[in-house]
Formats: sequence, C-alpha cells, structure tokens
Amino acid sequence: MIYLRLFWEFFQTGLFAVGGGMATLPFLYDISDRTGWFTHAQLADMVAVSESTPGPIGVNMATYVGFLTGGVGGAVTATLGLITPSILVILIISAFLQRFRDSKYVNGAFYGLRPASTAMILAAGVLVVKATFLPNGLAALDWRLLVLAAALLVLTNAVKATKKLHPIVFIAASAAVGVVLRLAE
Amino acid sequence: MKELLEMFAAFAKVGVMTFGGGYAMLPILQREIVENKGWATEEELADYFAIGQCTPGVIAVNTATFIGRKKSGVAGGVFATLGVVFPSIVIISLLAGVITQFAELAWVKNAFAGIRVCVCVLIANAVWKLGKKSVVDKWTAGIFAVIALCAILTDLSPVVFVLAAGVCGVVLRVALGKGGAAK
Repeated sequence: MIYLRLFWEFFQTGLFAVGGGMATLPFLYDISDRTGWFTHAQLADMVAVSESTPGPIGVNMATYVGFLTGGVGGAVTATLGLITPSILVILIISAFLQRFRDSKYVNGAFYGLRPASTAMILAAGVLVVKATFLPNGLAALDWRLLVLAAALLVLTNAVKATKKLHPIVFIAASAAVGVVLRLAE
Repeated sequence: MKELLEMFAAFAKVGVMTFGGGYAMLPILQREIVENKGWATEEELADYFAIGQCTPGVIAVNTATFIGRKKSGVAGGVFATLGVVFPSIVIISLLAGVITQFAELAWVKNAFAGIRVCVCVLIANAVWKLGKKSVVDKWTAGIFAVIALCAILTDLSPVVFVLAAGVCGVVLRVALGKGGAAK
C-alpha cells in the first residue's frame, strides 16, 4: 500500500514539476508536510548529497525519499513514479514531432528554439559557475579554483594530446586535484 | 532485445558519469550519444533540451526518452530512461544509510570542489559546441543574446522563453522568410 502511495505522490511530482530537477523541491517539501515520510532537514541534506553523487538531482531525491520510506522497493517505486509522466509526455511529443517533421512551422519553431535552448543552458551554467567559484562572495574567491579551471579549459580545447579524452577523465582528474590540494578548505 | 540492452547500457553509463544534475549531462551526452554512438545530432540535443525545459519532469529523463524513442521506438525510450536512472537507484540505495555522513567527509568535499570546477568547464565547452550549431545567422544570434540576458537577469519561467523563441522562429522563417535552411 505504501508503494502505491509513493508511486502516486512522485507521479504527481513528475507531472507538475516543470524545468528540471530543482523544480521538484517545492513538491517534495509539500509531500514532507502532508505525509511526514521525511523531514525538511533530511531534504536539505539530500540536496547537498545529490550534488555529491552521480545522476540527475530529481531522480536522486526520489530514490532517497523512497528508500527512507520503503527500502529498496520504495526507492524503485518512487523513481518509477517520478519518471512515468515524463516518459508518457515525451513519447507523445516525440510521435507528434516525427509526424510533423517536414512542417515548415515545426521547423521554424526549432530554428528559434535552438539558440534559445543554448542560451538557457548558458544561463544555468552561469548559476553553476557562481555557486562554484563565489559561494561566499567575491572577497572569498579561491584563486586555486580559477587556476584549475584555466588548466582544464586549455587541456580540453587547445592541447592536441588531451582534448579528445573522455570528459570523465577530466572529472576524475579534477576530483584527485581537489583531494590533493584540499580545495574545499 | 540486444539493441534495447545496448540502449540501457549506454544511458546507464551516461547516468553514472553525470555529476551535478541535468546540465552536467550535456557534455557526456555529446561524447557518448552524439560522437560515439551517433544516435542523435547536436541540433537534436538542443531541441530535446528546449523541450525538456518546458515539459514536466527531470530534463535528463526527458532527453533519454527522446533519444531512445527516436533510435528504437517506444521500447527504446523506456529502456534509455530506465538506463539513465538505474545508477542513481543503485548508488543512493547503497549509500542511503550513511549518505548524510558521506557528504560531510573531508575527502568527498574536496573531491567535489574539484569536480564542480570541471563541470563548469565542461558545460562551457558544451554550450560553445551547441552554439556553433544553433546560432547560425544574425537572427539566431539575436534570439540567443536576448534569451541569455533575460534568463540570467530575470526570474521568468523557461516556458516563457521557449514559447517566445518558438514563435519568433516561426515568424522569422515562415512569415518573413528569414534565416538559412534548417534541417
């Protein structure tokens, strides 16, 4: 029974949270208030943890909350609940797009959408940059982070021997640099 | 079935390599799905992210469903999506008991301070790559500049931007005949 409720709660979250993982947060606070399955503090912890584990944040949150509530079965159920509306909506849109692929209106819309999509990713990137380099304002800027960023920019774009390496190589190397230089301190 | 399992495995790989949410997935998708597998183009990724921003749910999931559906039909969409969430379910379930302590460990904090810097650089590179395919003339450059400024400076919903840009695109292309040939 708890599984059905978990599925239903997260199904609603998946259906109404528009705009990516962080958009699920207000819904999760609401679930917390109504069900008492988890506390606000656990949720806040989870936001931090989601940034320190792989995977989409919304999915991580659903899995964690589901696990707290119903173990591994709960984790699976909550996650399936969260992603089911997405799958249904996208399958419908995708079928529609395929059908109207040659429409000049659809093509025209995408002509405008692509630069907008790129711009929105850039804007999201600016927030990530701010949170990464200036978590405590400009005065507390850690120059080591800038050096690492500059080195990565050069290695991923300008150095022939390294620029084709898989992104995960740079992520792993950056993690190692972080540990060795104690970048969080 | 083999194709569906390959789909599942490819997206599980994307899921496990994504640190920091949907946008951090973009550079991994470009490498694994566009360059290595050839299952989608850069332009399609931009399309999927645009639609993912204004439809319900997690953007990573929306993008996986799109690519899977396009490559192998409805079952492909489902397998790709299950693949992308599979690592999260395993990792979070394994760590759930100790997870808040895990995030407090000094070496984890230090590692992620480094990873976050890397993710910034990778997203910047990804945006640059995407921009080369999506900003193709002065009109698209204008749309890019206006939406970027509005998205950075205002709290307007992505839905507004997507609708406005879509309408602009239709008006420019269909009504005014501007812009080069899109695919």
